[in-house]
Amino acid sequence: MNNPFRATRRNIGELIAEWSIRAIASVSILVIFLIFIFVFREASTLLTGSEEAPTEQTSTSSQETSATSTTQSEPDVYNPDAEEPEVYNPEAEAPASGEEGAPGEFIYIAANPAYPHIYNPSSGLIPPDIDATSSEEEVIAGDTLSFGENFLSSTWQPVGEVPKFGIVPLLIGTAKTTLIAILIGAPLGILAALFVAFFAKPWIREIVKPGIELLAGFPSVVIGFFCLVTVASWVQDVTGVPYRLNAIVGGIGLSLAVIPIVFSIAEDALSAVPKTLREASLALGSTEWQTAYRVMLPAAAPGVFAAVLLGIGRAFGETMIAIMATGNAPLSSFSPFEPARTVAATIGSEMGEVVWGSEHYGVLFLLGVLLFVFSFGLNAVTELYVKTRFIKRFQGK
Amino acid sequence: MQFIRRSIPFLVVIAFTAIAFALPKERVTIKGSDTMVILVQRWTEAYPDKSATEFQVTGGGSGTGIAALINGTTNICASSRPIKKDEVVQLEKKFGYKGLEIRVAMDGLAIYVHKSNPVKQLTMAQVKDIFTGKVTNWKQVGGNDKPILLYSRENNSGTYEFFKEHVLNKQDFAASAQHMAGTAALINAVSKDNNAIGFGGAAYAKNVKALPIAKEASAKAVGPTAATIHDGSYPISRFLYFYLNQKPAGSVKKFIDWVISPAGQKVVSEVGYYPIKRK
Repeated sequence: MNNPFRATRRNIGELIAEWSIRAIASVSILVIFLIFIFVFREASTLLTGSEEAPTEQTSTSSQETSATSTTQSEPDVYNPDAEEPEVYNPEAEAPASGEEGAPGEFIYIAANPAYPHIYNPSSGLIPPDIDATSSEEEVIAGDTLSFGENFLSSTWQPVGEVPKFGIVPLLIGTAKTTLIAILIGAPLGILAALFVAFFAKPWIREIVKPGIELLAGFPSVVIGFFCLVTVASWVQDVTGVPYRLNAIVGGIGLSLAVIPIVFSIAEDALSAVPKTLREASLALGSTEWQTAYRVMLPAAAPGVFAAVLLGIGRAFGETMIAIMATGNAPLSSFSPFEPARTVAATIGSEMGEVVWGSEHYGVLFLLGVLLFVFSFGLNAVTELYVKTRFIKRFQGK
Repeated sequence: MQFIRRSIPFLVVIAFTAIAFALPKERVTIKGSDTMVILVQRWTEAYPDKSATEFQVTGGGSGTGIAALINGTTNICASSRPIKKDEVVQLEKKFGYKGLEIRVAMDGLAIYVHKSNPVKQLTMAQVKDIFTGKVTNWKQVGGNDKPILLYSRENNSGTYEFFKEHVLNKQDFAASAQHMAGTAALINAVSKDNNAIGFGGAAYAKNVKALPIAKEASAKAVGPTAATIHDGSYPISRFLYFYLNQKPAGSVKKFIDWVISPAGQKVVSEVGYYPIKRK
């Protein structure tokens, strides 16, 4: 703080600027921590148990004693215009204007507490069991699994009578698409970076580098749409597989998002290698390619690893491309030609639906926690293990 | 001069906030079903009393709309499925009111296949077996010897819920069913795939064929038209709903009354759905 080399007195503007920068930086770090805490807290509602919807219906006495509608056997298809209830609750609120069906004047209050009130009921038929005051909840015959078993099973159908939260198909789908994306994207990105850094003439470099970085600016929705319409048809024509949207198409889309990231960072790392290394290697008689592959690339290895890791992180968390291009089918197969469902796409599609605080809600946040933990673990492994041991080997220390 | 130049951004911000707060219009928010979002937009455009009311229409799925209704972030929820029992309980817990259901239109759920598919009709039992995964080849229902590719909606969709409850009788979809983000995406996928089958609102048919459905093997198969949906012969028809979390009042009530009046129902036919029956 007290800089002995300071020549001028700092004016008030600089003091304000410095303190606001400190404040903003502290707030940003705090917000990142708060995001972590929020996600973990929402996921932990699973442990404390979500609010139970009451399963027993006590018969409520409504003020209007309604004559019961005919009890008929449950129709097997929902056909609201096929049968009419014989008695139409004559004691309910009568239309104020005196004419039947006047809009807005007639509210039908159901005796069954499971039904909301109905506005202008002459516009359509009332469900036949709407006035049943004692309703037996039919229990779908199904073995009730414990939460742990449910979570590790291989069916993902969270919306239904018996919700199934098996994450195994989601994890397999995410692994498939990410692997395909990285296998396509990382080599292409690194080789493009090598080309632009060493082999390209200056005028080519001026065009290619901004061009690939322009690809980074593509909204992922546009990439997803492009895959859905064009790439999927092309892949189906070339390979002839029955499924049009599958993990390969999703992987290609994700690689379009990964390549610019890997390219930018790898290219920066490769350009930062001192020219003396390159000149010395060339002077000792190696070819351009030998220099690039055996001298420059290992010298830039930490940056290139960081680039690939960032690419993996992007492929892992990319939601929109996965939603549009992978087919979203929760299958537990390892075949890349079958549709897949990724964790990010699941969270993205289903978070809008969940009732806050329900089990489904907690499971989705738990999936978010898993994404966090995996990314964090990957970064930790690279920092601690890969960088120290691998780089030492590459750089010959 | 310097002062005036420096203060321009602040003045602009203050001006914008003043304009935003000074708007005298009452805002009505309608969130929910993607099936209904086009219909709701047309309604708000055709609504005659626009000078005093400002509408905000969003999609996101019926489940999103009902969740927003329970959280109190919307006035009206558009839903293509009836509200579930535990959602009614939540509404009652939050607002002390069980919610208000308004039937605003009818829709037929059509079963779509590619235009070149030789299958002419299906029974309800066959549709159920196809979508639960029991029947996996077209030749089992009278078509070519090709595997059936299933397309479905995401599980936050009212269309998905309705189909699961009333056509599949609450059984699960097959794991190989591909979930598409919206009916338009589903129809697009079915139109590009010779062996595909999907379902969606009857209004969205474009480049695909809607199959006539028979209730039982012995009954006659009917396709989704206005007449068959109204008289009940088309087996897969449903209501489209508005849900409220309180009794309607003010501009919300006026809008709803207009929607269920004959003027509003004319818009329904124009969009491609079917108007509610008026006794």
